[in-house]
Amino acid sequence: MNIMSEAAVEKALDQKMNTVPYKMIGKDVSVYYGEKRALFDVNLNIRENTVTALIGPSGCGKSTFLRTLNRMNDTIENCRVTGKITLDEDDIYDPTIDVVELRARVGMVFQKPNPFPKSIYDNVAYGPRIHGLARTKADFDEIVETSLQKAGLFNEVKDRLHEPGTGLSGGQQQRLCIARAVAVSPEVILMDEPCSALDPIATAKVEELIHELRTNFTIVIVTHSMQQAARVSQRTAMFHLGNLVEENDTDKMFTNPDDQRTQDYIMGRFG
Amino acid sequence: MTDIASTTVRISARPETAKRDIGIKRRYAAERRFRAYGIAAISTGLFFLALLLWTVISNGYTAFQQTTITLPIEFTEKVVDPKGERATDGKVLLTANYPLLVRDALVKQLGIDASKRPQVKQATDMVSASSRTLLRDMVVADPSIIGKTVPVTLLAEANIDSAFKGQIDLKVDESKRKVKNQQVTWMNQLAEAGVLKKSFNTGIFTFGASSRPEAAGVGVAALGSFYMMLIVLVLSLPIGVAASIYLEEFAPKNRLTDLIEVNINNLAAVPSIVYGLLGLAVFINFAGMPRSAAVVGGFVLTLMTLPTIIIATRAALKAVPPSIRSAALGLGASKMQTIFHHVLPLAMPGILTGTIIGLAHALGETAPLLLIGMVAFVVDYPGSPMEPSTALPVQIYMWANEAERAFVERTSGAIIILLIFLVVMNLGAILLRRRFERRW
Repeated sequence: MNIMSEAAVEKALDQKMNTVPYKMIGKDVSVYYGEKRALFDVNLNIRENTVTALIGPSGCGKSTFLRTLNRMNDTIENCRVTGKITLDEDDIYDPTIDVVELRARVGMVFQKPNPFPKSIYDNVAYGPRIHGLARTKADFDEIVETSLQKAGLFNEVKDRLHEPGTGLSGGQQQRLCIARAVAVSPEVILMDEPCSALDPIATAKVEELIHELRTNFTIVIVTHSMQQAARVSQRTAMFHLGNLVEENDTDKMFTNPDDQRTQDYIMGRFG
Repeated sequence: MTDIASTTVRISARPETAKRDIGIKRRYAAERRFRAYGIAAISTGLFFLALLLWTVISNGYTAFQQTTITLPIEFTEKVVDPKGERATDGKVLLTANYPLLVRDALVKQLGIDASKRPQVKQATDMVSASSRTLLRDMVVADPSIIGKTVPVTLLAEANIDSAFKGQIDLKVDESKRKVKNQQVTWMNQLAEAGVLKKSFNTGIFTFGASSRPEAAGVGVAALGSFYMMLIVLVLSLPIGVAASIYLEEFAPKNRLTDLIEVNINNLAAVPSIVYGLLGLAVFINFAGMPRSAAVVGGFVLTLMTLPTIIIATRAALKAVPPSIRSAALGLGASKMQTIFHHVLPLAMPGILTGTIIGLAHALGETAPLLLIGMVAFVVDYPGSPMEPSTALPVQIYMWANEAERAFVERTSGAIIILLIFLVVMNLGAILLRRRFERRW
């Protein structure tokens, strides 16, 4: 076998996209905030080891959909979800499913970097600690180190692991939050506009990181930036007014979308 | 030509728009005026604070000094134990005529003829009647001093104390004042001999209630207050924090919780004497708890402090950014873990401040204690919170009702002690806050 270049590997991967199995399946997902309906029967499947970008104008329901995937909507008063979402065949809204266990499998990174006001080490070790993933100090040290390495932060912070995580720069804080999510070894990582509070250099780093994380994790990312969606994702889903407009390969989506509204949004005609 | 004309028009038009009145002067004047109001308000506040402190301190600082008379007391066996029965009958030492020892020493010191009874009476009146218990306790503690002469520091009687501090106007006619001329002469004579002098008054911190000002102190009342603060802290902090966490984090938002919230806010504004009535009705009459006991006072003050603590704790919990909660929940922490690992530690400075403010409030509370019988004349230290005791503010209230000059200064002195307690508590709150804040 000849060794393929990285670009070739990616191209091959992208071509195989349609054969990649589904990690999560959303069927007729609707969300209500009290009387107000925020999502209308969305059918969207998330493929394994793929970056799926959710795009659309503000208030279109993309963040709402993202939050249904690990039931973060449960924390909102009066929020109701109907339809069915499965994660590897398990219905995540089934009463027998424990939400704590679900969130250990589906991690989340938020819009604004939100490290705990504790040391960098404790930030990363917190998840493994509450889930009992490590017992000895050495195990914790290892998890913290590998997680920080996966988040590309280890070399920058290795000498100050016991200093507060809130003392890092915005971009570093966001990568710390990613390391914190990675430390629990989830299967899926949800990212809600992870770069909207970061400068372009920090954004580039996080995007690069998302690219690398894809080999081990299934990633769903909400973004306002078309360019970012085009850069980091293999699949893109476009939402508008609570409806899923189109879901397609990213390349196709940005060159020749099936739906006129997608075309208009990408061209900047509304949004 | 037309071009030139139009430019001139434009030039002349510009200054006109620049002159447009947008009220800059008025706005600055309003700002200056508002600042002046603020400074005036703060100055007024500071003035009254200074006035309060000045009144209390200038009236009360003398309470921390006490005039004492040091006399060589001869513990003659003839007076203490005339029949030599002390080995068989323990009561002999308790009932001996100790004032006689003081009288003999004083007569000797002043060189008065012991047979002139009125003169001797005036002389012995200069020494506090509390000397009896002092000497008795000395002998009972160490019977071997019988037969020896020991210098003993006795308290001067309250009026002599006041006179020596210059608080009694000696120009007033002798029949209208409590200190006689002869006593003043002796007082000066003793002072010159170095026998009578002012020293630091430890008694005000250690003594209990007494009708003799020189033997009265806030020790017993302070212990009663301490018991109550302990009970308030142990009960109201956990109950208040648990109630706030439930209401803020777990309880569904519905009519019932709204009603509870409104009621808690109202309870914080209920006059404290109402809590006293409640305590009397429930704890004493219904539950049959002892009257005048610190435990009942503690319960009543706990009820009174709870709303304050709950309101402060809920505000502190609300102030924790929701992003911290999302972060913990997103990692798979349960609600309990989220609250106890992240929210509560962040809310801790606010909770502590609220608690200490509540405690300080409870420490200064008098009205409810009056109703549960804590306005008591308590001489002995209460051994437990179940025994009769009184409290610092109640002691101040009782002393304020007394007429003697020496009680006036003691009232202010006790206020100073209470204020020091409050300042120390608030300092503690600030230090705890700093410490918790630094950790994050």
